[in-house]
Amino acid sequence: MNLTLKVWRQSGPSDAGRMVTYRVEDVSPDMSFLEMLDVLNERLILEGDDPIAFDHDCREGICGMCGMVINGVAHGEQRATTTCQLHMRHFEDDATITIEPWRAAPFPVVKDLVVDRSAFDRIIQAGGFVSVPAGSAPDAHSIPVRKEDADAAFDAATCIGCGACVAACPNGSASLFTAAKITHLSLVPQGQPERLSRAKAMVDQMDAEGFGGCTNTGECTAVCPKGIPLDAIAQMNSDYLKANSK
Amino acid sequence: MKYTEGPEIRDAKAPEGPIEGRWEKRKFSARLVNPANKRKLHVIVVGTGLAGGSAAATLGELGYNVTSFCYQDSPRRAHSIAAQGGINAAKNYRGDGDSVYRLFYDTVKGGDFRARESNVYRLAEVSVNIIDQAVAQGVPFAREYGGLLDTRSFGGAQVSRTFYARGQTGQQLLLGAYQALERQIAAGTVTMHTRHEMLDLIVSDGRARGVIVRDMVTGEIERHFADAVVLATGGYGNVFFLSTNAKGCNTTAIWRAHERGAYFANPCYTQIHPTCIPVSGEYQSKLTLMSESLRNDGRVWVPLKKNDTRAPGDIPEEERDYYLERIYPAFGNLVPRDIASRAAKNVCDEGRGVGPGGLGVYLDFRDAINRLGRDAVEKKYGNLFEMYERITGENPYDVPMRIYPAVHYTMGGLWVDYDLQSTIPGLFVIGEANFSDHGANRLGASALMQGLADGYFVLPTTIGDYLADGPFGDVDEEAVAEAEIKVRTKIERLMSVNGTRTPDSFHRELGKLMWDYCGMERTEESLRKALERIPELREEFWQNVKVSGTAEELNQVLEKAGRVADFFDLAELMCLDALIRTESCGGHFRAESQDADGEALRDDENFAHVSAWERTPDGPVLHKEPLEYEYVKMTQRSYK
Repeated sequence: MNLTLKVWRQSGPSDAGRMVTYRVEDVSPDMSFLEMLDVLNERLILEGDDPIAFDHDCREGICGMCGMVINGVAHGEQRATTTCQLHMRHFEDDATITIEPWRAAPFPVVKDLVVDRSAFDRIIQAGGFVSVPAGSAPDAHSIPVRKEDADAAFDAATCIGCGACVAACPNGSASLFTAAKITHLSLVPQGQPERLSRAKAMVDQMDAEGFGGCTNTGECTAVCPKGIPLDAIAQMNSDYLKANSK
Repeated sequence: MKYTEGPEIRDAKAPEGPIEGRWEKRKFSARLVNPANKRKLHVIVVGTGLAGGSAAATLGELGYNVTSFCYQDSPRRAHSIAAQGGINAAKNYRGDGDSVYRLFYDTVKGGDFRARESNVYRLAEVSVNIIDQAVAQGVPFAREYGGLLDTRSFGGAQVSRTFYARGQTGQQLLLGAYQALERQIAAGTVTMHTRHEMLDLIVSDGRARGVIVRDMVTGEIERHFADAVVLATGGYGNVFFLSTNAKGCNTTAIWRAHERGAYFANPCYTQIHPTCIPVSGEYQSKLTLMSESLRNDGRVWVPLKKNDTRAPGDIPEEERDYYLERIYPAFGNLVPRDIASRAAKNVCDEGRGVGPGGLGVYLDFRDAINRLGRDAVEKKYGNLFEMYERITGENPYDVPMRIYPAVHYTMGGLWVDYDLQSTIPGLFVIGEANFSDHGANRLGASALMQGLADGYFVLPTTIGDYLADGPFGDVDEEAVAEAEIKVRTKIERLMSVNGTRTPDSFHRELGKLMWDYCGMERTEESLRKALERIPELREEFWQNVKVSGTAEELNQVLEKAGRVADFFDLAELMCLDALIRTESCGGHFRAESQDADGEALRDDENFAHVSAWERTPDGPVLHKEPLEYEYVKMTQRSYK
């Protein structure tokens, strides 16, 4: 396959940035999207150009490090897929592909396609945990958990923290990310003692970071590689309301 | 490559007496640190996977002043997150005869009698606490309808002791540790530095006192001091370029600690996982593992005939060779990892491999689908089938999967004593980065167990005994300056070569060489070839590598080049270690040492020891730690 790429290049936070066009030839349909960029980068290095900086690590869809807006869609058009899991066989020969970083004020661009997502860590710091020091736990079987609750908690807990939800949201909201953690911990008995204080603290932190509010457009869940459902946000709002009416 | 043999090395920390009382004894004899003093004691933890994340969080909870580093943009990304299968624990919730002793026994035997008994017993002992801790954190393990935890048997174990969270156990356990860590960051006990890479260890007055790191965004070289340093930087499987590790996994932290005096133990022990998706082309950047659980229902086969190019569906039953069932009738498709991997290599070497390049074998679900129905198979393995189809474009419900072994885990690592302290006082090493618990072969679902055992329970106790003598005062400025200059010089050297090959192109070539000559099967001839070729390639690297950009910015090419440089040196030590260990054991198969049936043949008389390597200006020095088995009788493993 032969492709034309239009890639966002920005040397650093103070650079205005621009789209730059590259031609990539002899792409195998079995390549992953990131392998296709590897091939381009190898060429750029040898030509003395700066290769395109992008975040990636596990390349199997679980670490949450990679993320690009491909043809206007976070992680590309294939559903329930991270950028690293996307393969070139889903593109047409001679296609033109645009590649941009996540765009949201709380995710400032570091370089090219690399953004700073530390705001997510600070949301977790605000309360995304159960306060249980190592060594203090009772026997694991002392509190049974309904299978349905454990399964639903797991579904919410599969969030990989990639930030696609923020990139897709017209409001730049981090509601799906925040709600996934709140929902996970609100569904298991171990999360109950801190349930309301957690919801309040995490939502307040999300707001403080400058993320927008949720208006239920659902773009987030559509691009979420793990398919976290919109219901999670309803759960978050319910807990948040209860916390504030106390 | 020349080496000399130095004096034996012994672990001096494991208490004497019955094995079941040793950890209790050590916990009592380890000195405590007064709570008021803990705040004055500073600990650096490098790496935020299961071991490093849980250690930093726990040390913070105990009141120490902790600084943590990771190279990713968040501690949640560490590669522990990709572990699929599960975590072993001797809970005996099934009443199927499991016990701490049995888990200990299985792990020593599975490690092919090359691990230290005291350490393994302790691992089995604290395994039960890990499950309690994770459940209390809200980790959503799989449960049964009665609300209790579900378990499964895994990797050939005859009891059901593996706890799991669908195919994402590593993710859920890591997020538990990550959340505990973030809680401590919020509490101010842990200071976190993301996108920082450790480039040297500071040793002052014989103690590990800090690290030199590079801020990967600004390129700034920073110095950080502490009273003790903990390395939790994972394994070095990426020396093979293609592996199931994340792209960023590297050996730099432990290698540079090795250069500073920490002994490196058993570098040649590499685990090759049998069920990975085969390589599809030259551009391949990593390999993806398919959970071993697939072997519970999938049948492994290749065509009987060589170079058979027919589609798998066109090959009649009598022309298929279900070789694992044929050679190992008792365990069949469920033989341990090292055995399954080697068998796949053998049939491919015979010219009976399938797929591009003949480097693959079939893992066929046809019979399982006929027996259980497509729905049942989908329920059990649906997400794995989907992952396979996503990568290969083939639907495993219709055509058999193609699998091939790939490098997955490294049992070797920095040498540590029972306290997890290396040969440099104050340098502790935990998780995959150390060598201690898995011997020559790691059993499935034991990596998560070890990482969390070290981080939550073992290190936080043993490091106190060391820190009880602290704080250790000012760090010698000369030692710091020397380390910093060394780091800067190396970076400047990499930047100034300006050659014609990228770091990746060297890494690929080194990886191929390691896979061919020091991979699933090693011979004296292949290892000698590798030892000849590696220095030549390294020389070319330093003459001809091309690093673009500058060192004072985010520069992924420079990061890569630094890691590849260290992989060269490590590769050489791995081959030397493999060369002189003329026996076969676990993940290390020396073709010259096999029995009449082609099975691995251990040589307990000459090799029942850990090979701990010291690096000196005059070349490597080998120190042997003899292994004694008081409890588990050494036997040849047999799965027939």
